[in-house]
Amino acid sequence: MKQLLVFIRKEFYHVFRDPRTLLIMFGLPVVQIILFGFALTSEVKNADILILDHSNDVQTIQITSKIKASSYFIVHGEAKDNPAIENYFKRGTVKCVLVFPPHFSSDLFHNGSARIQIIADGSDPNTAKTIINYLTAIISDYQRENFPSATLPYQITTEPRMLYNEDDNGSLNYIPGVMALILMLVCTALTSVSIVKEKELGTMEVLLVSPFKPVMVLIAKAVPYFLLSMVNFTLILLLSDFLLHIEIRGNLLLLFSESALFILTCLSFGLLISNTTNAQQTALLISMMGMMLPTIIFTGFLFPLENMPRIFQVIANIVPSKWYFIIVKAVMLKGLGFRYVWKETLVLIGMTGLLLAIALKNFKIRLQ
Amino acid sequence: MKKLGFLLQKEFRQIFRDKTILAMMIAVPTIQLIIIPQAMNFDIKNINISIVDQDHSTYSQKLISKIGSSGYFRMISADLSYQQALQHIENGTSDLVLEIPPGFERNLVREGSQKIGIAVDAINGSKASIGGAYLNSVIADFNANLEINQVTVPTNPAPAGFMDITYSNWYNPLAEYKYYIVPGVLVLLLTLIGGFMSALNIVREKEVGTIEQINVTPIMKWEFILGKLIPFWIIGMIVFTVGLTVCWAVYGIVSVGSLPMLYAMAGIYLIALLGFGLLISTYSNSQVQAMFIAFFFILIFILMSGLFTSVESMPAWARFISNLTPVTHFIKIVRMIMLKGSGLSDIKTELGYILAFGIILNGWAIWNYKKTS
Repeated sequence: MKQLLVFIRKEFYHVFRDPRTLLIMFGLPVVQIILFGFALTSEVKNADILILDHSNDVQTIQITSKIKASSYFIVHGEAKDNPAIENYFKRGTVKCVLVFPPHFSSDLFHNGSARIQIIADGSDPNTAKTIINYLTAIISDYQRENFPSATLPYQITTEPRMLYNEDDNGSLNYIPGVMALILMLVCTALTSVSIVKEKELGTMEVLLVSPFKPVMVLIAKAVPYFLLSMVNFTLILLLSDFLLHIEIRGNLLLLFSESALFILTCLSFGLLISNTTNAQQTALLISMMGMMLPTIIFTGFLFPLENMPRIFQVIANIVPSKWYFIIVKAVMLKGLGFRYVWKETLVLIGMTGLLLAIALKNFKIRLQ
Repeated sequence: MKKLGFLLQKEFRQIFRDKTILAMMIAVPTIQLIIIPQAMNFDIKNINISIVDQDHSTYSQKLISKIGSSGYFRMISADLSYQQALQHIENGTSDLVLEIPPGFERNLVREGSQKIGIAVDAINGSKASIGGAYLNSVIADFNANLEINQVTVPTNPAPAGFMDITYSNWYNPLAEYKYYIVPGVLVLLLTLIGGFMSALNIVREKEVGTIEQINVTPIMKWEFILGKLIPFWIIGMIVFTVGLTVCWAVYGIVSVGSLPMLYAMAGIYLIALLGFGLLISTYSNSQVQAMFIAFFFILIFILMSGLFTSVESMPAWARFISNLTPVTHFIKIVRMIMLKGSGLSDIKTELGYILAFGIILNGWAIWNYKKTS
């Protein structure tokens, strides 16, 4: 037992000695939380649009000023002719052009209806769709206020309720995803170099000829990264609570135990990589470059999994972060209890057992 | 100049010696470019819906069948109460609940309006808002086709003030997401390969100890850096070509704008990117250190570059950081040339940024590479 503690201390020295390891371990989570909390948003704000007003009458001016007043758009002057639109799009200075045809007002009153044309830059289709929706909503709003007779006499209206997220806090969806992503990548990458480093430097031989049991070497490697990852997780939790004001609804004990389980899964995976490779470079190429995009995609926090082709949905099942993401959403954001996540927990336990078994099997205590 | 020739010969031999790394540099981006964009799909189709119908009238039945036939929704359950439906949201099988209150039909016919409740699982923000918007448009359509509306509207003289909004998406009439994401992923993969490989390069000579041998030769600093840069530049251009071929063969995306200009831009971008990698390499002592630093920056570059979310919607400080990452500008250039056919005068600002990055990063790398320790 005392031997083990000495070895664990040695591993801690390794981690704290290198500022770059600390940068990955603690710098990355902080930066990611800040970026996802404050910088990245899937909503559209400050979209640059152009208004091409061929009639310039009371109604078009009123609609224009209504659009200008909304925080979604920045109106970039008013173009006078059609060919100019193409130039604006090609330079990428505007995302959308709103065109009022000539005689807008007289059409509206004498013919009963007038046309408005919206031309969007479809090279960014999601932004284009959102802008079209926003503009349509602003115009229908104007129409309802000023021409109530043009609306339908019988109407079903909807009363939307945003469950779990009344303030429509956009970072809410990202935070469990970032947690899963960071723990998965950082924990796996750091563990994956731990044993292969000893192999590369030749110190593995020293460890193996010592009276210290070989399995204890693995445990001594895993413990520091486990503890550091738990600290890391606590840090992310504190940041999202105090900086992003995300209410943690669920049981903290459950959340911590589930996270400990997930960290164990990642550690086992890291140890497996470390035991099966012979160079740190290979280990890192697998755990960082190879894993980065699959983890980002198959966790399901940026792109909904249900939309993917069947085969990808199947592949996503073997990515541990997918299951952890589901658990964190349920426990942390919805405040649900264990009986809602026992299946996912079981999957993670199974994965950990399997990965650990293969890692141990590949742990060679003899030199070739 | 002759010295540079020998250096290049050495670098190419080193690269071709390790066939697995070479295969990885070409194969990994190709495979990822084929797979990843298919997984990145924002076109939300199957929204799971739970319905609580407490009215059981003709109108409520019509509304439900209209929602079912719209093609966007998948009916998960018909529940007796809201509490029961909420269970489906809690265990994640349902995304939204539609609640039709008792007296729905009576109120609609007598009072002309009736509210129905929609509860969405708002943790998944994009799905919630898109699902809510779809449901609203289905209901608006249902309103317009209501029999009582059909009867009353024609008897009125055409009411004034109806605004008919038409819209069109230029460059991408069907608003398909692949046109947006495929060029972005191409840039991303080029960045991953170029950034990681060049970051590992000089530091490997340090680790193996061969850098000492180079340092004692009369090779100039700029010759050494150039000797490192050119082979990776050529590999980068090959990766880019393979990527463009995949875009055409798999996704049917062909550059609208001039191809030589696209290549010229890629060439300049690669110089800037490789300069960044070499700079990291000169600041590290081991390959692991170099990879950690490269990983840290590349992950930030990816998120800030506007690949997934638009840069314009970011707050001012984030837009400032975004402008300081070369990836942002190259993604913008590639999308503009490939999708819209923008010309040189349209992209001059972005080009200016990339040129500046190329000069600063490479100059810095040459300056920081010390031949004496």
